[in-house]
Amino acid sequence: MVTIVDYGAGNLTSVKNAFAALGVETEIVRDAKSVERAERVVFPGVGAAKSAMDNLERFGLTDAVRAAAVSGRPFLGICLGMQILFERSDEDGGVDTLGVVPGRVRRFPDVPGFKVPEIGWNDVRVRGESAAELCPLVDGLEFYFVHSYFAELGDATAGVTEYAGTGFTSMVRRGALWACQFHPEKSGRIGLNLLKGWLSC
Amino acid sequence: MLTKRVIPCLDVRNGRVTKGVKFKNNVDLGDPVEMAVGYSDGGADELVFYDITASAERRPIDIGMVEAVARAVRIPFAVGGGISSLPDMERVILAGAEKVSVNSLAVRNPRIIAEGAAAFGRQCIVLGMDPVKSGRTASGYEITTRGFREFTGMDAVEWAKRAADLGAGEIVVNSVDADGTRAGFEMDITRMIAEAVGVPVVASGGAGRPSHLVDVFRGAKADAAIVAGMIHSGEYTITEIKREMHAAGIPTRMNY
Repeated sequence: MVTIVDYGAGNLTSVKNAFAALGVETEIVRDAKSVERAERVVFPGVGAAKSAMDNLERFGLTDAVRAAAVSGRPFLGICLGMQILFERSDEDGGVDTLGVVPGRVRRFPDVPGFKVPEIGWNDVRVRGESAAELCPLVDGLEFYFVHSYFAELGDATAGVTEYAGTGFTSMVRRGALWACQFHPEKSGRIGLNLLKGWLSC
Repeated sequence: MLTKRVIPCLDVRNGRVTKGVKFKNNVDLGDPVEMAVGYSDGGADELVFYDITASAERRPIDIGMVEAVARAVRIPFAVGGGISSLPDMERVILAGAEKVSVNSLAVRNPRIIAEGAAAFGRQCIVLGMDPVKSGRTASGYEITTRGFREFTGMDAVEWAKRAADLGAGEIVVNSVDADGTRAGFEMDITRMIAEAVGVPVVASGGAGRPSHLVDVFRGAKADAAIVAGMIHSGEYTITEIKREMHAAGIPTRMNY
């Protein structure tokens, strides 16, 4: 059973459908208790950092998500769900985020020829030993991205992608915590393979 | 490197994919879900569905079809046509579409762009536009609506800039002049808009050969291109198109 956290940050249908395609049952939850007892947590999200943080607070989920992310139980952050695991985001004039992973989220610089948001398929290069288990499922392959903000490179960076002259963190690994800036649930067969790999981590 | 996207367009009428030239002479091409799966497996980077009769008949979008596509494919897709309000957008997004495309609606009520972007994020809101060559506006291209039936007097480049300012996350430039001709994309208006806005631009209308995509990516700075007839007819596969793009040095997703 995969527990998907619903905190009003975007649509969860795609995530649910992707696990269904792998024959895996999901539950969509919006309360701290369900997150606390979950075996395997998926923390998705699209939209803006500030409203995401406000919503987590409003549903009383902030502490439960933070605890789940460092619990040693499998955890997967996706897109905004990855970004707000970091300490701070420059979005909305600056927002303190969950602080589970050291580092900061910034906006892409204005570079001629690079549109913001970055929309489309971009490749991921695995960095360091930390991503060993999922490495062959990721390295050099393209995944689907949609974002205007990015996480800087840091100790937890397991995958790097380049856009607008910037190398950014496209995958995070810290123990049982994995997170990705891209959408594995929308990245075709390759994305499904990654989710399948995560299910056996 | 971010790759240039190839996006099959499926025009749906009464639950079937159809293709006509300039919205006329529609031919039945198949089941939308089966075709979506085929193109997704075959290397499409994204899909777009237009419910082409919805606006004209003032009929709401077929949500059951959107749900069925979302269950069957694992790549992003956009839905347009028949969206007349914020609740319509929400229904389409909750059914599993990544993006909603607004066209005539946004001309009538530009605020829907801002409202949609605020509610769902700008990446969900696509502005579709149908420009036609015209002597009546500054850029030489005028916006038409309701399936090319009405001329608005609006300048295409100005409208693109305004839509991006309002919150459109992407702009589809569907040339009325090139649509259905398979003689190549309309390069000038695509490039003018790609240079005028900071959001991705999708070229649409006129794709007939793989080299047309190479041209529009290289010469008109498009971020993505829509294909329809050339693949629906079986004349080309997406892989054939992508091989030619790749060979021409255009960043292309080849591993799928």
